[in-house]
Amino acid sequence: MEKDQDKILNEVTRSEYKYGFVTNIENESFAKGLSEDVVRLISQKKNEPEFMLEFRLKAFRYWQKMKMPKWAHLQIPEINYQDIIYYSAPKQKASGPKSIDDIDPELKATFDKLGISLDEQKRLSGVAVDAVIDSISVKTTFKETLAELGIIFCSFSEAVQEHPDLVKKYMGSVVPYTDNFFAALNSAVFSDGSFCYIPKGVRCPMELSTYFRINAANTGQFERTLIVAEDDASVSYLEGCTAPMRDENQLHAAIVEIIANNNAYVKYSTVQNWYPGDKNGKGGIYNFVTKRGKCAGENSKISWTQVETGSAVTWKYPSCILLGDNSVGEFYSVAVTNNYQQADTGTKMIHIGKNTKSTIVSKGISAGFSNNSYRGLVKVTKNAINSRNFSQCDSLLLGDKCGAHTFPYIEVDNKDSIVEHEATTSKIGEDQIFYCNQRGIKTEDAIGLIVNGYAKEVLNKLPMEFAVEAQKLLQISLEGSVG
Amino acid sequence: MLSIKNLHANIESKEILKGINLEVKAGEVHAIMGPNGSGKSTLASVLAGRELFTVTEGKVTYQGKDLFELSPEERASEGIFLGFQYPIEIPGVSMVNFMKTAVNEQRKHRGLEPLSSSDFLKLMREKKELVELDSNLTNRSVNEGFSGGEKKRNEIFQMAMLEPKLAILDETDSGLDIDALRIVANGVNKLKSPYNASIVITHYQRLLDYIVPDFVHVLYDGKIIRSGGKELAFELEEKGYDWLKKGIVV
Ligand SMILES: Nc1ncnc2c1ncn2[C@@H]1O[C@H](COP(=O)(O)OP(=O)(O)OP(=O)(O)O)[C@@H](O)[C@H]1O
Ligand SMILES: [Mg+2]
Repeated sequence: MEKDQDKILNEVTRSEYKYGFVTNIENESFAKGLSEDVVRLISQKKNEPEFMLEFRLKAFRYWQKMKMPKWAHLQIPEINYQDIIYYSAPKQKASGPKSIDDIDPELKATFDKLGISLDEQKRLSGVAVDAVIDSISVKTTFKETLAELGIIFCSFSEAVQEHPDLVKKYMGSVVPYTDNFFAALNSAVFSDGSFCYIPKGVRCPMELSTYFRINAANTGQFERTLIVAEDDASVSYLEGCTAPMRDENQLHAAIVEIIANNNAYVKYSTVQNWYPGDKNGKGGIYNFVTKRGKCAGENSKISWTQVETGSAVTWKYPSCILLGDNSVGEFYSVAVTNNYQQADTGTKMIHIGKNTKSTIVSKGISAGFSNNSYRGLVKVTKNAINSRNFSQCDSLLLGDKCGAHTFPYIEVDNKDSIVEHEATTSKIGEDQIFYCNQRGIKTEDAIGLIVNGYAKEVLNKLPMEFAVEAQKLLQISLEGSVG
Repeated sequence: MLSIKNLHANIESKEILKGINLEVKAGEVHAIMGPNGSGKSTLASVLAGRELFTVTEGKVTYQGKDLFELSPEERASEGIFLGFQYPIEIPGVSMVNFMKTAVNEQRKHRGLEPLSSSDFLKLMREKKELVELDSNLTNRSVNEGFSGGEKKRNEIFQMAMLEPKLAILDETDSGLDIDALRIVANGVNKLKSPYNASIVITHYQRLLDYIVPDFVHVLYDGKIIRSGGKELAFELEEKGYDWLKKGIVV
């Protein structure tokens, strides 16, 4: 039985990461290394107002005193932070309104190849895109259409220039630069990202999305996303990402902050597909991300959905601070690890307001020699009376050389609240695969079928067109991992 | 259609099949009987291509092709269907999705276009009626929480959907009530044509009242020790296997 599984494991061909190409574009890059001067230079390069520089410097000084954290279930070689390039941008024509014609055709072709058209005419009418390559945003589509409703959707750099008051008010209000090592680093050197502001009473009529692409070698990507939904506003936001295949590891340390005011609803979906490294564990992205939402208002709701298939190492806990009474936080996650990938992901639900509710559904899938951990905290404070949490954490194993771990932390400080936690571990059996084979279904398709069935509850939460993509992605990520 | 010559197979270096010879021609129904642990399910699994078992000797030709050259899914698409003695549960995968994938993969193999959703659902409705399968079952996950009899009936339903050339039914009659038994038998009989064949593994002569076999074989300790017509089944029912074992050198 064991032997047989090994045999199948080794036999099936392995698929290649299909977004692994490199674009040849002229870059403007800093030299490697990080110092106060580099931080100043980034700020200067972006022509930032004084408050931004101050923010960066405070963060940098704080970061200098910190040490990279160590985790029980992640094995990460020492990262040399002086060996990374902190700013790299494709050269562009002189500034001015970015029309599609101003974009380097190579860049446009890159995004076309990734299935992201920057040409509004060719886009699905339901999705507006902010495309970020290496350190900067190249193009935001449908900006004008959205502006008519008072919605601001632009690159973070542009927001700093055009809407400094909003940036000043909200930046760091959910994830302060003191939060953790990577948050401090990001706050010091972040180069771009997306900014999104939905004014009072407006329901955003299309999906907003940011597509992140790392291209340049030896470059860290540090982007920042800030989403603000005012009273009675709602928006659905999507994030996608890929990177070329390179032998050396690359660092990605992002921050996402969400603020939902009274009755506001923000749905944030991620399909994370950074280069995971090759089948021997060489190369790949180190993905250290701090994502947090604050349900600041009453009856507000923030919902995270993530499909994590990429990166050599993922460290990520999209969380909700449920401050407003009756506010709701949700976390739906599918995390796949194959070969030598490592993922430590989960969520924190911090119940502060009364009658707050949270739901956690986490589906881990491990294959190959990978390690997949769920780490979650549910904290119900004293005043959060009558609050509820339901957590479901499932692990699915393919083969017997991978690991799945669950670390649920639960702290409840009042008697009227109910916290429920359920966990299961299962395996795709050789008998299940054979049963499918016997009906004419190939092993890869059988795994796709089983895994998608297992992850259905989460995939159903994704916007339609991305659900289909995510299904395919799950299957591709697991090709060659039968057990 | 199927020709098995001197087939030997091992599991974990323990020999289970010890030289099986069997010829199945189109249009025929063969019954295989034999005591527990004699290797009936092993034979069925080897024919379907389960890698758990290693073929150490012998040759199997199916429709003129070397069977061992074909992967399990190719064998399925070439018309071999195995009704499992113990059908497998696949949580989270709906019967509809499972069958649709199976039908369309097999069609692809034969160079046919996939069925449209509406054609597929129509086919499914038709076959469900044929095997009198409870509608709810097809909305559930594959075999998950099905009763023993429901699982068996579901195997026959899948057989009807896939319309195989060679159906191998491994104790599909065990655990069935009388009505279900009639339905299973009907399923097999409907499939019967000059172009198809079935191998029916069973412990009970009772099934053979409904599915009349052309040949009955007795498998004992990895070998076929006796073959005959349907009257052999009556004899076995009456006398058990002991009288056959006598005189066999193990
Ligand atoms: N996975 C396995 N691992 C070890 N031994 C096995 C395995 N499968 C079958 N065997 C052994 O092979 C022999 C034949 O088993 P098989 O299932 O083919 O018998 P059978 O004739 O179908 O019996 P039954 O009438 O009880 O269904 C038995 O001794 C059984 O224990
Ligand atoms: Mg058996």
